[in-house]
Amino acid sequence: MTSDHTAKQFDLEMEGIRSGVLSMGGMVEKQLSRAIGALEEVDDAQLLDAVGSDEAAINQLQINIDQQCAQIIARRQPAAVDLRMVLTVTKIVNDLERIGDEVKKIAYKAAQTRGVDRLTRVRYYDVARAAAGAMTMLQHSLDAFARLDVERAAMIIGEDEAIDAAFSAILRQLISYMMEDPRTISPALEIVFIAKSIERIGDHAKNIAEAVVQVVKGKDVRHASAEQIRAEVTQS
Amino acid sequence: METMVARPEVQKRSNDPAAPKIKIEGLDFFYGKFQGLKGIDFEVAEKRVTAFIGPSGCGKSTLLRTMNRMYSLYPGQRAEGRILLNGRNILDAGTDLNMLRAKVGMVFQKPTPFPMSIYDNIAFGVNLYESLSPRDMDERVEWALTKAAMWVEAKDKLKQSGMALSGGQQQRLCIARAVAVRPEVLLLDEPTSALDPISTAKIEELISELKADYTIAIVTHNMQQAARVSDYTAYMYLGELIEFGETDQIFLQPGRKETEDYITGRFG
Repeated sequence: MTSDHTAKQFDLEMEGIRSGVLSMGGMVEKQLSRAIGALEEVDDAQLLDAVGSDEAAINQLQINIDQQCAQIIARRQPAAVDLRMVLTVTKIVNDLERIGDEVKKIAYKAAQTRGVDRLTRVRYYDVARAAAGAMTMLQHSLDAFARLDVERAAMIIGEDEAIDAAFSAILRQLISYMMEDPRTISPALEIVFIAKSIERIGDHAKNIAEAVVQVVKGKDVRHASAEQIRAEVTQS
Repeated sequence: METMVARPEVQKRSNDPAAPKIKIEGLDFFYGKFQGLKGIDFEVAEKRVTAFIGPSGCGKSTLLRTMNRMYSLYPGQRAEGRILLNGRNILDAGTDLNMLRAKVGMVFQKPTPFPMSIYDNIAFGVNLYESLSPRDMDERVEWALTKAAMWVEAKDKLKQSGMALSGGQQQRLCIARAVAVRPEVLLLDEPTSALDPISTAKIEELISELKADYTIAIVTHNMQQAARVSDYTAYMYLGELIEFGETDQIFLQPGRKETEDYITGRFG
């Protein structure tokens, strides 16, 4: 996006979808930080309501931005980098909406498992830490999109491996608890679902990072390995 | 004059078995002292559509007019380099221009029907190159009008004046006239710029049917049209070929920034 279009209105429309993604991303970040609060046993009656209304606003933004993208395609017939940007925005918006869904699940499940003492440690330290890692990934991926920074995008793709590893570790730990004391099975399963949601957020943040590579480099790196993506990014 | 781009981005055709129909090598073109084309090198693939895009005055029509030496009609215009049609350089002094133009037909921006009947518009050109019996001529006229998707509309008014047709029909009549002499290559110079959207769609449909039999080169100001109808696209600027490649590639991920700026509307 180095120079401006001859049609200034086209620039405004492209800027509209770009800033729409960023404000939607900001909302999802805020929602995720509320959910992390729920994991850390912040007993706030209004927290779940807030997560629910965040979700509704995020869904509405998804619809609005998708509609703006459809209008740009219909009116401007974008090509090359513009076409890639519009297609990418519809994908990113989809990923952000899915992150919103996962965050809502995390907040509700966190409220359900509150006060089950034996599992406090897992919830506090490991799950909350993995959730913070997912938050960082989300922030980095939105930052990479805002700056169209492919090097940062390639780094995020590596960060996802750390979240996947954290998920496996949490799962192993919970399995030990469940074998030791069957009374923990039910709350432990809830925590498995929470950890799975966090792992999925990492995947969606990775999708956003891959989409940034596609806009800038024009290469679809969705099923490439982290090494291949790094190689692609460093290639001028 | 300085060359702006030292090396144009000319991509090799990847999986396309089509042979080159026209090979252009080191082509320079001059309008008197002004150099309109600078060192053009590329190939037009047989039975494919090649589109030329670029801003006004970039040389795309000039390039098209070299392929059947239409420029030779004007004093002071000359081409240097080589244009090989079926392996023979058409810029050679001994080239029979009438036979060349029968092999390489041309359709212009504004429909140019002759002030005569629809039938005679088509028969006129055929009579210059062949002597057909009346029955064979009838068949040829029907064939050409059918090829140009005009037969159904025109068959009951063959004796009416070609000038009385609508703009879109006149343009298809001109395409029928070009097709009637059975050329090998069809050059279309902005064939739809004066037409309404429905006539434009009919001509575009016609182009995709005609490429089964003919090699087509089209100049167009409408980039979406180039994207829709062509297999290959050449982007030109200030008399130079900036980029040439498969249309899908050019419109999704052009190799040069100049091309990207032009096709995304970031020009000037």
